[in-house]
Amino acid sequence: MSGLWRGIALAVARTAVTLLLASVVIFVLLRLVPGDPAQVALGVDATPEAVAATRAHFGLDRPWVIQYGEWMGGLLTGHFGESFVSGQDLSAIILDRTNVTLWLVIPSVVLALLIAAVLGTWAALRRGKVDGFLITVGSQLLMAVPGFLAGVLLVLLFSLALGWLPPSGWVVPSDAFGPFLARLVLPVLALTAVQAAILTRYVRSAVLDVSGADFLREARAKGLSRSEAMLRHGLRNVAVPVLTVTGVQLSSLLVGAVVIESVFDVPGVGSLLVEAVGQRDMVSIQGIVMVLVAFTVIVNLAVDLLQTLVDPRLRVSPRVSGAAA
Amino acid sequence: MPTRTSGTNPAHRRRALDPGTASQSGPSAPGLPSRRAVLAGAVTAAASTWLLAACDAGHTARDAVAAAPPGAVTLALTAPPANLDFTTTSGAAIPQALMGNVYEGLVAVNDDGELVPALASAWSVDEGGTRYTFELQKGVRFSNGDEFSSATVKFSLERVNTDAWTNGLKAGMALLERVETPDPLTAVAVLKRPSLAWLRSLATLIGAMFTPSAVTGLKGSAVGTGPFEVSSWKPGQSLALTRRADYWGEPAASPQVTLRYYADNTTAVNALRGGAVDAVVGLASPELLAPFEKNPEYRITQGTSTGEVVLSMNNQAAPFTDVRVRQAVMYGVDRAGVLASAYDGRGTLIGAPVPPTAPYFEDLTGAYPYNPARATELLKEAGVYGTTVTFSVPDLPYAVAASQAVASDLTKVGLKVKIKVQEFPAVWLQEVLTAHRFQLSVIAHVEPDDLLTLLSSGYYLGYDGARVASIAAAADAGDTREYIAGMREVVRQAIVEDAAADTLFLLPALSLMRASLRGLPVNSPTTALELSRVVKA
Repeated sequence: MSGLWRGIALAVARTAVTLLLASVVIFVLLRLVPGDPAQVALGVDATPEAVAATRAHFGLDRPWVIQYGEWMGGLLTGHFGESFVSGQDLSAIILDRTNVTLWLVIPSVVLALLIAAVLGTWAALRRGKVDGFLITVGSQLLMAVPGFLAGVLLVLLFSLALGWLPPSGWVVPSDAFGPFLARLVLPVLALTAVQAAILTRYVRSAVLDVSGADFLREARAKGLSRSEAMLRHGLRNVAVPVLTVTGVQLSSLLVGAVVIESVFDVPGVGSLLVEAVGQRDMVSIQGIVMVLVAFTVIVNLAVDLLQTLVDPRLRVSPRVSGAAA
Repeated sequence: MPTRTSGTNPAHRRRALDPGTASQSGPSAPGLPSRRAVLAGAVTAAASTWLLAACDAGHTARDAVAAAPPGAVTLALTAPPANLDFTTTSGAAIPQALMGNVYEGLVAVNDDGELVPALASAWSVDEGGTRYTFELQKGVRFSNGDEFSSATVKFSLERVNTDAWTNGLKAGMALLERVETPDPLTAVAVLKRPSLAWLRSLATLIGAMFTPSAVTGLKGSAVGTGPFEVSSWKPGQSLALTRRADYWGEPAASPQVTLRYYADNTTAVNALRGGAVDAVVGLASPELLAPFEKNPEYRITQGTSTGEVVLSMNNQAAPFTDVRVRQAVMYGVDRAGVLASAYDGRGTLIGAPVPPTAPYFEDLTGAYPYNPARATELLKEAGVYGTTVTFSVPDLPYAVAASQAVASDLTKVGLKVKIKVQEFPAVWLQEVLTAHRFQLSVIAHVEPDDLLTLLSSGYYLGYDGARVASIAAAADAGDTREYIAGMREVVRQAIVEDAAADTLFLLPALSLMRASLRGLPVNSPTTALELSRVVKA
């Protein structure tokens, strides 16, 4: 077995254990949080008997082990179960709403990376100059702006004052792509702004680190210009820390999109989660949180694997790293 | 860089990154695709797989753009129904959307709070007051084609008293003994005792008519006799009601009315400005109205609701076991000031938990005028001046705002108030409503005719219901005049004499709409939002 495969097997096993532990934690925590789904469903006029009957109907009166086993059994066969409150099959809904959120998150990350690569490198190369200084200060300021504020300001400017873009809403892309894009622009910008600011700072410091490195001086000595040396030898080294941060940001963006979803009335997974928590819809909450955890864990796995591609030094086996060296 | 890849096997890595592309990777001749190509391939494959799945992203939440017929109306609301089944789920959101639109009762309540015919064209009550005879409308069909008849009435009303219903409001049907069906167009309801309130409750959700063939799967579908049928329901997002061509009465004015549920009021108002909706119904942030007040393109309507905002004092917990302390709170809270800070002054001061659309409404705002000096006196008399009380506040905007004003007023007269904000509904229901672990709390009671529920023994207010039970029973058994007089007596005893709870104000029914929109009800005397006359001019 090659080292690469051994590494992958290890990573996959680690992922499986993480997911299993997460499922137990989610399941138990939800049952310890105050608030009874049956009481919430029946509201202010409920009699204790009706609440008990509804608890039994939801299956909440059975032992935890059985409830957990049933849930896991469903998950392993791809079934998230049926929502307590709406009675709908959750599998389709959770995956669909996650896709909506990914429409916000993925373009934001891509856009933020592009902006950060340009501005961060520029700021590093122009350190001590006015423009470099301005980029640094600007990114610091933007990092301090909460996403929802950026969202509200964008709506005020582009929708209400200028009337260029719709203020909120969602259109299914295959249904009408133009209107879909028009509604995607502002929420994606609101998410991108903060991410780009954070990543710019990482790119800047990574570029600064690399530009002082021996191998780059070596490359310059060989006769390459500064930008040639940076492009051919520097970027790969810059990519490693930036990739790590991007992975972390991607996960936090997915969860953080909930605020943006509410400002822009986007039916994403975050708003689904908030509704479910309000109603203590255990089955929904469990399913959604598991999807978010799985996404985070898989993104981390992908980042690990990508890093071994970008940076051969990170590979596990002596054979492979020896061959690559 | 390509030189560095020579010793590794790119196909392995590619398979590892995305199993879906492994079959396309071909023979794994070493050194053929570069590491960069593998990376690009994996990213492209992952991206296109996701794009394929994401093309219809949101289809479980939004209807197709082209689906709405011309003339369709879209209304923005902020409290989505959890499901479509009010027989097992409480709350105002479900009956708001469905009663009068999809489901109908034998009688209805009009915008002024008067009882009017619906599926019953006329009714009479016998001398003893226990036999109500209803003449039913002819030619009524449910939206699935089933016929409406006296058998349907018997099925629907008697079903409320079975275990199929778990909504607490079913208690209103408890005094129904049976329904007789002398012929298909006559139904006779026999009560265990005379009751005028029962007839009125038939206009609420417990009077809704169901067809026996469509009572399974009520959470996701609704079959009624009303002017609309549910054409699409996206949980938490929207509910589309389409006009029925075969409706027995006057058809709805619009071909389709869609209720769109927004997470907050600001987003809903922005949607109105952007043209995505035609009105915001039940606006809960009155401060958003200011920019629209002088704009001729928009219209604001303010009516009365049935949402009494009640400052509850746990009658079973010290210091509020002492009537003097409760009276001190009644004198010590400046209700006009609370209304101004909690709801921008929009709303009605009523003095008792009875809305102006109720038949026995009486203006009791003068019973306890704002009198801080008297409040302090009463607190000193009761020996609790300077005591600290805990105020359990649900995390709803109006409640939090009201609690701050109340706390500041009470501090001035000599009670120290500690505000404890609780998540609504989950935590508040558990702590305050069910376990009665509270001293002061505040919540809007939105069910119509809920006075006697509030005053019943065992309810969270902690009032001793026996003090008014006999007056209420006598009132219910009398004629309309006796009923009104008796219920007013109940209010005087419980609210004025016993100071059971302080009614801070009545929530307004606020709507903001395009000036061209017609037919939206102004008041909400029941929880129903009747949409059959709504139309774009």
